[in-house]
Amino acid sequence: MAATVARATGGRAPHDGPPAGPAAGAARRPGRVRRVGLPYLLLLPALLLELLVHLVPMVIGTVMSFKELTQFFIRDWGAAPWSGLDNYTVAVDFDGPVGADLLHSFLITVAFTVLSVGLCWALGTAAAICMQDTFRGRGLLRALFLVPYALPVYAAVITWVFMFQHDNGLVNHVLHDQLGLTDKPSFWLIGDNAFVALLTVSVWKGWPFAFLIVMAGLQNIPRELYEAAALDGAGVWQQIRRITLPSLRPVNQVLVLVLFLWTFNDFNTPYVLFGKSAPASADLISVHIYQESFATWNFGRGSAMSVLLLLFLLVVTGVHLAVTSRGRRVRTRA
Amino acid sequence: MRSIRAAAAGAVTLSLALAASACGGGSATGGGSDDSPKTLTYWASNQGASVEADKKVLKPELEKFEKETGIEVKLEVVPWSDLLNRILTAATSRQGPDVLNIGNTWSASLQATGALLPWDTKTFDEIGGKDRFVDAALASTGKQGEDPAAVPLYSMAYALYYNKQMFADAGIAKPPATWDELVAAGRKLAQDGKGALGAEGSNLSENVHHAYVFARQHGVDFFTDDGRPDFTDGHAVAAVKQYVDLMAKDKVIAPGNAEYAQNQSVSDFAKGRNAMLLWQSAAANLTSQGMDPGAYGIAPVPVQSGAPGPGTQVNSLVTGINIAVFKNTDNLSGAKKFVKFMTGAEEQKILNKAYSSIPPVEAAQSDPAFATPDNKVLKETLARSAVAVPQVPAESQFETAIGTAVKELFADAAAGRPVTTQSVRAALEKAQTQMPAA
Repeated sequence: MAATVARATGGRAPHDGPPAGPAAGAARRPGRVRRVGLPYLLLLPALLLELLVHLVPMVIGTVMSFKELTQFFIRDWGAAPWSGLDNYTVAVDFDGPVGADLLHSFLITVAFTVLSVGLCWALGTAAAICMQDTFRGRGLLRALFLVPYALPVYAAVITWVFMFQHDNGLVNHVLHDQLGLTDKPSFWLIGDNAFVALLTVSVWKGWPFAFLIVMAGLQNIPRELYEAAALDGAGVWQQIRRITLPSLRPVNQVLVLVLFLWTFNDFNTPYVLFGKSAPASADLISVHIYQESFATWNFGRGSAMSVLLLLFLLVVTGVHLAVTSRGRRVRTRA
Repeated sequence: MRSIRAAAAGAVTLSLALAASACGGGSATGGGSDDSPKTLTYWASNQGASVEADKKVLKPELEKFEKETGIEVKLEVVPWSDLLNRILTAATSRQGPDVLNIGNTWSASLQATGALLPWDTKTFDEIGGKDRFVDAALASTGKQGEDPAAVPLYSMAYALYYNKQMFADAGIAKPPATWDELVAAGRKLAQDGKGALGAEGSNLSENVHHAYVFARQHGVDFFTDDGRPDFTDGHAVAAVKQYVDLMAKDKVIAPGNAEYAQNQSVSDFAKGRNAMLLWQSAAANLTSQGMDPGAYGIAPVPVQSGAPGPGTQVNSLVTGINIAVFKNTDNLSGAKKFVKFMTGAEEQKILNKAYSSIPPVEAAQSDPAFATPDNKVLKETLARSAVAVPQVPAESQFETAIGTAVKELFADAAAGRPVTTQSVRAALEKAQTQMPAA
């Protein structure tokens, strides 16, 4: 690679004229190499970093998933015996305890992701549309709405832990002591309510991002469209339905995909809220896999589960891109 | 053109640097050496009120060691929440400290990874011999029949701490000696609207420690003789149920305790919100929370009936800290010198006093500081009625599995759901499926 680089960068000026015999061809080649090679060369650091940070660990993780990598081999994991597809078989045997737990965790994660992404999107879009027109204090409100997104995750979630505490938490103080909505103080960090607690924190943390992106998307909708629609007698709802939402479609497609991937993979929120063993009602798959690896010291099985998760997310992303790009093509042709 | 060339040259340089750094970075992959005899890295567990407090205790001792041997010790105090993961990562990458503290219950699990230096007779002789240490502490250093994976450093035991004033107010003359007496006392205390017994329902280690002692009192220990997990035995189920029933049925543990995992129960006790606490060597912790040592009494943890002793009369784990040498150390002889220094009689007195633990070294135990009423109870418990956790490779996984099962049962109890023999058995059955196949 270094030799090619030296040739490519040390060549002569580009030669754009038609070939005029062998001598001219020889003169043209370094120019083409340079033109074609330069983008790749400039991408090289990013590519190497990508290899180092993402791809190599992913390959190693995949290799690990075919090994019986338990505590007896972690010091020299090259010596761990190959286990073929055993780790995968155990993980997808939904009649067995390990597979059943994984399936349960997967379903919880799907439900959590759908609700969280849906609420984040709805809240973000509603807020962005409400703030489309200028009014006094808009800048301040915008800044205020973005605060949860700007806060460090750990600090913010730890604050939520305090608020959700049974005995001294703010949530119970308001819901039970002040509003009297519950018979007795509820538990939010253990038991079935943990799902609600997790969803609350996730939406609180995630919706400002949707707000930000939709707000940016709204800047691109020409004002004339609204004016024309108003002249034609369209009300606010019709304007939102017929102009705003269709114009936001390309933004929403990316936004929903990104929110989905972030939420589905979220590790920090459940880990900081619940610690190493999340309650069954909020057993998100990222923490489940962590638990499977670090609490049982069975890194082979944990890796197999990670590979399955990766495949699932690849399929979802692939389908999403295929569907949305087909939609784009159809619209372009129309 | 020049700027493109500069950018290209920069890209190549950066790429080469990345490639070089990806290839480098590894060292010390053998079985220990003396390549850097002048320094040691030491991971200490967090024994005192905070990481900073521990540094204050340890720094002067490490300076003393440096003066004696010329070896500089780089100290890192690792919080409990990170320690096991850090050790696992160190074992996997072979990039770890030279010397480290481990929770003594992890000894057999970490021994199985092969990451720690085995202490055979010859190695023990280099630090003054095995017989310097008390037997109870040595029992928790690794699998029986194999060379220990670590050396005892601090010993601790559970005791019942009780608030003298609250007991007097409720008309309770003496601390409960059996669980029935504890429940009766708890009900009396609860009548006044006061908290009776504190617990850490979401702390997996505390849960498993109590569940294990209850199991031993019921005559089982969660494992078969050949080391396979056996969580669903009727006695094991009854033992776990008895512990969770303290909240579910007897109502002597307040439901809020089900979500405690950050030593809130210690703080509750120190602030007079609970009258009783089952805790290991709590004196230093209580003092740091502002509780006057005269305000509480200390008694042995209750048993089913009779007095504490061996067999089903046990009432505590042998808890504590062991000190281990990482097999990949590049200062093997320095590491052994350091272990010898830390387990020397003088250092043992200083350190165990600071952490309100009991020295596992016999020569240090005679110090008057360890003859206080607090320490007398702990010393007697360690000598007579404390038991080591099973020394099996899957011990660490056992702690997590049972600890989680008990946490979920406490969550049920707190939410007012019934805790029955069936539900306890189901929780333990699930825990057993999480254990590695033996």
